Amino acid sequence: MMNYYRTNNSAHAVRLNEIPTVSYAEFYADVAEKLRLERYHVAHYFALMEQQSRLRFYCLLLDDQTAEVLITSFTMDYYAENALPSLTALHPQMHPFEREISERYGVCFGKMPWTKPLRYPFDRVDRTQTIDNYPFYAMAGGSLHEVNVGPIHAGIIEPGAFRFICNGENVLHLEIALGYQHRGVEALIAATDNRLRQMLLAESVAGDSSVTHATAFAEAIEKLTHRVEQLDTERSVALELERIAMGIADTGALCMDVGYQLGQVACEALRTMTINTTQAWCGNRFGKGLIRPAGTDHPLTTEKAAMIRHNVAQIARRYAEVCDDVRNAPTLLARFEQCGIVPHEQMWQLGGVGQAARASGMTREVRSSHPWGIYAHEPHHTPITEQDGDVMARLAVRFAEVRASATWIERLLDNFTPVQRVLPNYNSSLAASSLAFGLVEGWRGETCQVVVTNHAGQIVALKIKDPSLHNWSALALAVRGEGISDFPICNKSFNLSYCGHDL
Amino acid sequence: MIRSKIKVLRSHGRQAIPDLCNVELTEEFRGRPVLSHGADAPLEAAARRCPTGALSALPFTLDLGRCMFCGECARIAPERIRFTNDYRLGSPTREGLVVGVGDTRIDFPRHAIRPELHPLFGRSLHLREVCAGGDGSVEMELNATGNVNFDFGRFGIGFTASPRHADGVVVSGAVTQQMSEPLAICYDAVPDPKLLVACGTEACSGGLFATSRAIDRTFFDTHTPDLWLPGAPTHPMTFIDGMMNLLGLKTRE
Repeated sequence: MMNYYRTNNSAHAVRLNEIPTVSYAEFYADVAEKLRLERYHVAHYFALMEQQSRLRFYCLLLDDQTAEVLITSFTMDYYAENALPSLTALHPQMHPFEREISERYGVCFGKMPWTKPLRYPFDRVDRTQTIDNYPFYAMAGGSLHEVNVGPIHAGIIEPGAFRFICNGENVLHLEIALGYQHRGVEALIAATDNRLRQMLLAESVAGDSSVTHATAFAEAIEKLTHRVEQLDTERSVALELERIAMGIADTGALCMDVGYQLGQVACEALRTMTINTTQAWCGNRFGKGLIRPAGTDHPLTTEKAAMIRHNVAQIARRYAEVCDDVRNAPTLLARFEQCGIVPHEQMWQLGGVGQAARASGMTREVRSSHPWGIYAHEPHHTPITEQDGDVMARLAVRFAEVRASATWIERLLDNFTPVQRVLPNYNSSLAASSLAFGLVEGWRGETCQVVVTNHAGQIVALKIKDPSLHNWSALALAVRGEGISDFPICNKSFNLSYCGHDL
Repeated sequence: MIRSKIKVLRSHGRQAIPDLCNVELTEEFRGRPVLSHGADAPLEAAARRCPTGALSALPFTLDLGRCMFCGECARIAPERIRFTNDYRLGSPTREGLVVGVGDTRIDFPRHAIRPELHPLFGRSLHLREVCAGGDGSVEMELNATGNVNFDFGRFGIGFTASPRHADGVVVSGAVTQQMSEPLAICYDAVPDPKLLVACGTEACSGGLFATSRAIDRTFFDTHTPDLWLPGAPTHPMTFIDGMMNLLGLKTRE
């Protein structure tokens, strides 16, 4: 039985010396064994430089059945040249973590099947590797051709390089090279003591998930100071508004890509209405400025709660009409069904999270398995799943999640009484030499931010994981065997973040 | 089948904003700030807290090109700084974004606009957008300018997929090292004469990422935008108002 520090998503921070340090052999054997079961997956795995040129590796393992978060660590001499046996070789879901550690510190993982750089950070160990000479997979054959897309795409979206290997119209392989959006968010947060600046940086990890990332950071900070329970309802309303807005946006985008204008414009209008509701609450359409540590500048008043409730009810009703229309249109179903299938087995092996994983029959959902805040109270959220793993399944999960979020907001705001106002606190001292994580189910999936402090209570590291980190490889698998013209709808059905991946 | 569509259409109604020149945003929106005289102590505290150094206590100015519109300074020094809901934030010059005491609008002086822009582009303008290290929110707002609500296409202004078909480039994001070359290549691919727009606080100054080692803003050493649009992210109305002023479809002097 291996040694873990066992905690959960609403407990206080962990002192670094309470986290067990095991040998890599023990770590490898136990994690390899646990990941055979679907109930376990890795929320975060990273290395930090300690004094005396030692690297300490931390791993946060989630147990979906017991709601526990298992934390363990091991250390390694920075200059040691021995390779650590790769966990990716057994469990592909570990690939982004091992690639990040290799790229950042030059640690070698033996028998690692996919050693390519992850995001080319500015502080990578090998500066000779640049994104311009990304080692794309190549195939030889007279009947094959390659299609290169990006880094700048045709639409108004973020940059990333896509390389398709096609046989005629059919995609044999897609490889996605990311890193163009790397801004150095993690390093900037560790470089400042201005808590407001840290908060704004955390909020800017991915614009479409501002509330999600801001909540993850604020929750982590509050675990290092003290939790403020009065804010639970407001944070949940904000998070669910974000989920509604993006669910509708993705529905509209899918309609657009198959040339269905009615669905597109109806969703555009409904998304506008949703984000304008957020704007009328906090002054920003993306909810920026709403989530702050230990307090809020935009308290939910009775009037605002009534406004949100009224708008959400109308949005839910009209969106249900769009869903009904899409489900009844054979021309749309012909495009969405049986397209871009990721089977349950593959999704699980890749460590898929969020609505994409749930569309492939996985029940992975932090709101249910590792609840925090209001989600820890009755009634519990039930994960919404679909079995087919195709574009339609991912869309159907959105249909149902938007409806569930609207019902959730309605329930929270029923008989809502404003709580006593608490102001944000940017000066509180953080627990020293500790680790705290914010684990939040955003609209895209499981989002994890881990804060590590030093003996003076300063943030020495923030490690961010956007759900996109896991799901990009699922998108690459989804288009295999599909016509290249189906790529846009496969892509939109995942709607992954570039900046959240590149940080 | 047709019944479900009629239902959607009936609920949808008419969504386009009838007059884009007369739009008022919600009171909560944080737009152009107003600075006034008063006590210095809270102002200095606000300047120290400012996450991007946009606020200077002496001389008292607020640089919107660096402002994240978090509103914290207005909470620390409410009698010195107040954010209004005025979204008309675009300026033809970088200096124009610096707000001083008593300023009641961001000027858009006609002499600062290149004279050839209006006759060339005033009736039809196609832009190529390059996201170079933003968080994706500015891009979503730029997409929104063409949606059913804002419908900026009614003025013949829109976005195009290829730089070869474009009349100009809109840059968003702080410009990462990895995007600096693709941005330059894309700009060069747009035929002359062309215009350049910096959209979002990050594009204007680097914003929160101005000091990051992952950023390379040398593109702006050799290229000067014709229009600077602050915002985190830039509101669709800020973009629409800025473009209309730049093209002479509207005046704000």
